[in-house]
Amino acid sequence: MIEIVNLSKRFIGADDEVHALRNVNITIPNGSIYGIIGMSGAGKSTLVRCINMLERPTEGTVLIDGVDVGALSEKDLRDMRKKVTMIFQSFNLLMQRTCLKNVCFPLELVGIKKSEAKKRAMELLEIVGLLDKANAYPAQLSGGQQQRVAIARALATDPKVLLCDEATSALDPKTTHSILELIQDINRTLGITCIVITHQMSVIERICSRVAILENGSVVEEGEVSDIFSHPKSAAARHLVFPDGDPEVLAIREGEHRIRVVFNGAIATERPLIAQLAKDKGIEASILGANTKSIGEKAYGNMLLGIMGGKEDMIIAKEYLESVEDVIVEEVFEDAQ
Amino acid sequence: MLSNAFTKEAFDEAMFILSTEIPLAVWETVYVTILSTLFAIIIGLPLGVLLVVGEKNGILPLPNVFMRILGGFINLLRSIPFLILMILVFPLTRAIVGTTVGTVASIVPLVIAAFPFIARLVESSLRELDPNIIEAARSMGASPFQIIVKVMIPESIPSLISNATIAITTILGYSAMSGIIGGGGLGKIAITYGYYRYKYLVMVVAVVLLVIIVEIFQRIGTKFAIKSDKRLKNQ
Repeated sequence: MIEIVNLSKRFIGADDEVHALRNVNITIPNGSIYGIIGMSGAGKSTLVRCINMLERPTEGTVLIDGVDVGALSEKDLRDMRKKVTMIFQSFNLLMQRTCLKNVCFPLELVGIKKSEAKKRAMELLEIVGLLDKANAYPAQLSGGQQQRVAIARALATDPKVLLCDEATSALDPKTTHSILELIQDINRTLGITCIVITHQMSVIERICSRVAILENGSVVEEGEVSDIFSHPKSAAARHLVFPDGDPEVLAIREGEHRIRVVFNGAIATERPLIAQLAKDKGIEASILGANTKSIGEKAYGNMLLGIMGGKEDMIIAKEYLESVEDVIVEEVFEDAQ
Repeated sequence: MLSNAFTKEAFDEAMFILSTEIPLAVWETVYVTILSTLFAIIIGLPLGVLLVVGEKNGILPLPNVFMRILGGFINLLRSIPFLILMILVFPLTRAIVGTTVGTVASIVPLVIAAFPFIARLVESSLRELDPNIIEAARSMGASPFQIIVKVMIPESIPSLISNATIAITTILGYSAMSGIIGGGGLGKIAITYGYYRYKYLVMVVAVVLLVIIVEIFQRIGTKFAIKSDKRLKNQ
């Protein structure tokens, strides 16, 4: 378990002080994929660097399985970092080393014999699907491939925690998808706790179970991803869920009920849901706002529906839509907007 | 005077001097330059590393006083004209070599003049390195020494080779100047025959040879710098 307790970080500039983090409290269960999301400048990169003490917090503590990492000696801290590894937006591979040598690098640091390190590195490259690129240099690889090498490198020392700092932000949507799948795979098969820093809500909804929303250095909302998607309470959360502006600008009309339909990887492309709702149940729903996209066969995102037929119709519609796997439906009230 | 430089007699005499002295002079110039560069790198490389890692935000912050003294010392040595420096280090040269004249003795002032220059070149090479790569190494638990030896220097090799090439060609120019204090090589030939004895043809040939040697060093250096850089695709 990772506990971040009352964490604050101030950067002292020439004539001003920047509060990068203000009193952050987060608990991350072992074996989970935990998302930390925020706009650029929200302090998320600083927060993740406080977990492995690349940045020293000004106040507060970080406990990893009960150990206060801020109190560790330099040497113990270096040993800790071998168990809490990191991947980056810009991959940060050693450009003058082959992929194989890059993966060997953390093993060299701990003094593992060359032949053994090489064997382990080959296994890891196989896990990330790049065995054939072992002797290529990073510059010869695509961004997605470089990130795979970086992941293999991060796994070399059998970490307990993997910190992903905007790991997919430099990648195209298709590659992002495959890297996220790899991270999910690693989490499931190796039981590694993953902390995913991102500014893209789509990344959070794809793989995270819980999420903290960071704004101006403070956690403004924290909870299960599905909850935050269906009831974004804070302005920051609403902005992330509806990046193109909040669709709920219209006041709820007399006799209208609203529901938000969240597609969390539902196979929605085969069934025209809204049309079927009208056909099967005779309920007409107007789409007030939608932000959905399909990745492969699956739909992600959410949709806001207005139903005029009274509360009964709304409940029928809600139950009807909920019967579809991976679809979450929530009633929306005016005051919750 | 210049018209006399190109008569038949002058030409024959020059050919005689060149054929007897040039091979040795070229050899002396090359080995003095290479040896001086090597010694200067041995001293200058660690100092250049210290200039970068010892900074306040570096990976191995050193006391501010130490960094200022180091920087000041390097600037001081770099600001003394080489001709004066050669004379100033006579006592050191005598202590190390036993004499202040001759080819071997000229290596001492060359090293003293070149190592601060090399320290600054190393500094600039290491500063080019993407700080994210150093952060990545820190995130993997690398110690400062491991970061220097396994990340900073190897990742900067292409730039270090380019800068070493600049250093060696500069030192070659200095070595020619050491002809003044009796250092051997092409510089001595140019000065003793061309300047003291008005044999301009000899001087011109010596200078042309210096130009050719610089060109050769530069080409080899550039070639190795490019070849060593794995960031360039499709090699």
